[in-house]
Amino acid sequence: MTTALINFFKDVTNIFKGGPKYYGLMGILIAVVAVGFGAYYMQADRGLIVTAMRDQVAWGFYIANFTFLVGVAAAAVLLVIPAYLYKFKPIKEVVLFGEIMAVTAISMCLLFIMVDVGRPLFVWHMLPVIGTINFPASLLGWDFFVLNGYLAVNLAALGYVLYRYSQGKPYDLKVLLPIVIISIPMAFSIHTVTAFLYGAVKARPFWNVSILAPRFLASAFCSGPALMLLVFQALRKYEKVDIEDKAMFKIAEIITYALGINLFFLFVEIFTDFYANTLHGESMHYLFFGIDGKTNLVPFIWTAVVLNLIAFAIMLTPKYRYNYKTLNIALVMMIIGVYIEKGMGLVIPGQTPDTLGDLYEYMPTVPELLISIGVWGIGALIYITLVKFALPKIRAAKNFEH
Amino acid sequence: MKKMKAVFFTMLAVAALSVFLIQSGVSAQQPADQAKKQQQPKQAAAKPLVQAPDTVTPAPKMAFFPCSQCHAAMPANKTERALAFHTEIALKHMPAGWCFNCHDEKNRDKLKLANGDLIDYNDSAKLCGQCHGATLKEWQDGVHGKRTGMWNGKKVYENCLTCHDQHQPAFKAIKPLPAPEKPEKIIYKNKK
Amino acid sequence: MIKKTRKHPAGINVDRRTFLKGAALGLAGIALPPAGADAGLLDDFFQKHFREMNDEEVRKVIDRLEKEYSKKYSKDIKVKATKPMENVMFGYGLDIGRCIGCRRCVYACVEENNQSRDPQIHWISVLKMKKGSNLVDLNNSDKYYQPDQVPEPGYFYLPVQCQQCEDPPCVKVCPTKATWKDKDGIVVIDYNWCIGCRYCMAACPYGARRFNWGQPNIPADQINPNTHYLGNRPRPKGSVEKCTFCIQRTREGRYTACVEACPVGARKFGNLLDPNSEIRKAMEHFRVFRLKEDLNTRPQFFYFFGVKSNRPGGGK
Repeated sequence: MTTALINFFKDVTNIFKGGPKYYGLMGILIAVVAVGFGAYYMQADRGLIVTAMRDQVAWGFYIANFTFLVGVAAAAVLLVIPAYLYKFKPIKEVVLFGEIMAVTAISMCLLFIMVDVGRPLFVWHMLPVIGTINFPASLLGWDFFVLNGYLAVNLAALGYVLYRYSQGKPYDLKVLLPIVIISIPMAFSIHTVTAFLYGAVKARPFWNVSILAPRFLASAFCSGPALMLLVFQALRKYEKVDIEDKAMFKIAEIITYALGINLFFLFVEIFTDFYANTLHGESMHYLFFGIDGKTNLVPFIWTAVVLNLIAFAIMLTPKYRYNYKTLNIALVMMIIGVYIEKGMGLVIPGQTPDTLGDLYEYMPTVPELLISIGVWGIGALIYITLVKFALPKIRAAKNFEH
Repeated sequence: MKKMKAVFFTMLAVAALSVFLIQSGVSAQQPADQAKKQQQPKQAAAKPLVQAPDTVTPAPKMAFFPCSQCHAAMPANKTERALAFHTEIALKHMPAGWCFNCHDEKNRDKLKLANGDLIDYNDSAKLCGQCHGATLKEWQDGVHGKRTGMWNGKKVYENCLTCHDQHQPAFKAIKPLPAPEKPEKIIYKNKK
Repeated sequence: MIKKTRKHPAGINVDRRTFLKGAALGLAGIALPPAGADAGLLDDFFQKHFREMNDEEVRKVIDRLEKEYSKKYSKDIKVKATKPMENVMFGYGLDIGRCIGCRRCVYACVEENNQSRDPQIHWISVLKMKKGSNLVDLNNSDKYYQPDQVPEPGYFYLPVQCQQCEDPPCVKVCPTKATWKDKDGIVVIDYNWCIGCRYCMAACPYGARRFNWGQPNIPADQINPNTHYLGNRPRPKGSVEKCTFCIQRTREGRYTACVEACPVGARKFGNLLDPNSEIRKAMEHFRVFRLKEDLNTRPQFFYFFGVKSNRPGGGK
């Protein structure tokens, strides 16, 4: 027990080890977070009136980010499945970094919810037992359970593996496998439930479509792993973590399929709305072409579509997919594309025009952007800190086989 | 014979049962009925326009009233013409018609129904109802016109003339109250 | 029921369950200013869900709120918690054949229900629509019309407020049960229990819900001191509000403010269970419809076209 404690603190000190570049990065991140806190203080004092959200568009940039990040979190499972179930060893070694990503993304999701609610002091009202959670009627109640459950499962898996490593022992698959198996349906469920959060809203035809959950999953399986591939390369470069090319390219291959499916789903939605041309297609019209000269989202969505198409073309060609230079370009394009399409491109048009036909063009304000960047900064800090903490153990684990 | 007997007894039994059922049903309903009666007393014998606990707003106060002050000494002029004195009255009610369709020639302080009955100015709804019968019924049911007060008790029925000008009954346009602020205009202002 | 209470160092009585709630959360210490700094804030934080409180607890909360509001507006402000009447199910009728779009109802509602003047909150939206246009397509409507006079030729008007649905989507989605449909059909909100997530606003098909984006602001001389806990009492920043059929009036038998303000008598209100009520009579006399019926929310707010030819002989 004492050795475990000593090891724990030793690993904590690793967080503070790093060159000037590392310290510079951490300094910048802390500054970004500090600015975010300042903006949040202003929002807490004046109210959400400092954002661009209004009664017409009651959910904005925060919820858009939340939606995107649920996808990132869900993607960790993508690595878990081949690693543990099919014993694809190269990926197995990067699973832990994927799980850290999941933990980080979920934490960011919860933060984005916290900055979005009007009375954050009172969120305890939605806890079970001490509060009055509206379960199973409210999809937010479901989201509460699956998000926190997924966070707990990933923390458990991560904690268990790191604990074993710190003892100098490989993990016992008998213990880990049940946790991993639970985490797979949970990863699907967080994304499905989040899609249902929108899909359940019959007042808004843009959201109330059955393809939303599959579309969410497809987009999650491109943006999440894409983000991971970029992070892994950084880890390889700066922390000399040994990640095999085989693992990287396997993930790239999976991303390619997911992106293809995602584009297909988007096409299906576009076809349905524009061909049928019912009044329910109004939001889609606003998103792609604007209504009455109100075209704020039009450049964004076309950028997203074009970026995703180019990324897909690059990824589809093995020559470019197996070349890190072109691969990275495609990954960045894809992340931006999905971020727009599934963030603002989903949340805002659903409420534009509003249910009474009032068309208010939402564009986030500066405080809103600063707070969001702050949350991303916190996410980056969480990820870096956790990786730094885990690295010595993962390195040590190289010495024994499992 | 046996068959008929059986039918007879069955009918008797059914009849007895139904009488019993009806009676028990009546006795069960009685308190409820009584309660209802207390809430809504029956219409008075004189057939007022509205039920008893409610009131009708009086006719709007007229500038020159009682009319008889001037008109008592004037002979009734039945020719249609531009009014020289009551210039405020422009008759845009019916395609044809004149003052004495509604006003009594002799007693100017009363209105006159088609059957010759004279009524008070405050009872003008009766006069309107002669032609606008369906509307009068709707007004009595509360689906036309306006009521204020209690939805489950004493209410004030707004008189026809609260909303309609008797001589030009078409509703007149009014100035709307300000439009809501556009969401772009709703911004933080320091109130401290 | 008497509950064991525990003496709080700041001299505030906190019953055990409430205290455990706070302790379990571990938030009390972090999230709140030092004890005693603002006793109201602590009570506010620990306040229970309205429906979980017994009459005694409700009375205490109301005492606190009355003090708080009376101090804020330097006026004696009453907060009631009148319960629903037996055998009453409220229904509303609106004659869109008669509405002239004058917005008298909008401002009567603002005054009666203590809506924030700045930032502006209106519970009623009046939509202007072109005659002959698709009544289902609200995208054709305009709620910011401002002509010199109404009605404008060629247009009709469709006022929209909370439809008090029989199956309200807002109640279904609320994560904290802060909003519910009461026995008399009114969908109410416990403003103190609302966390301000605005899911109900996303879910409402009628754009009826309003959010307090900033600190609500009502001039002290304009406040209506006759309030209800679930209705027109002053609301906290960051909570959601909406039309409650003037719960503070209608639960005492009075008409709503909008009914009394309408200059053309287009608004009808009454008990759906009473066949002699105006709303039932309207349903009998006219063909009524409800907004967005395909969504199966079954509003208790009915629209009808009351104008037929009023002219004897069928008109021209």
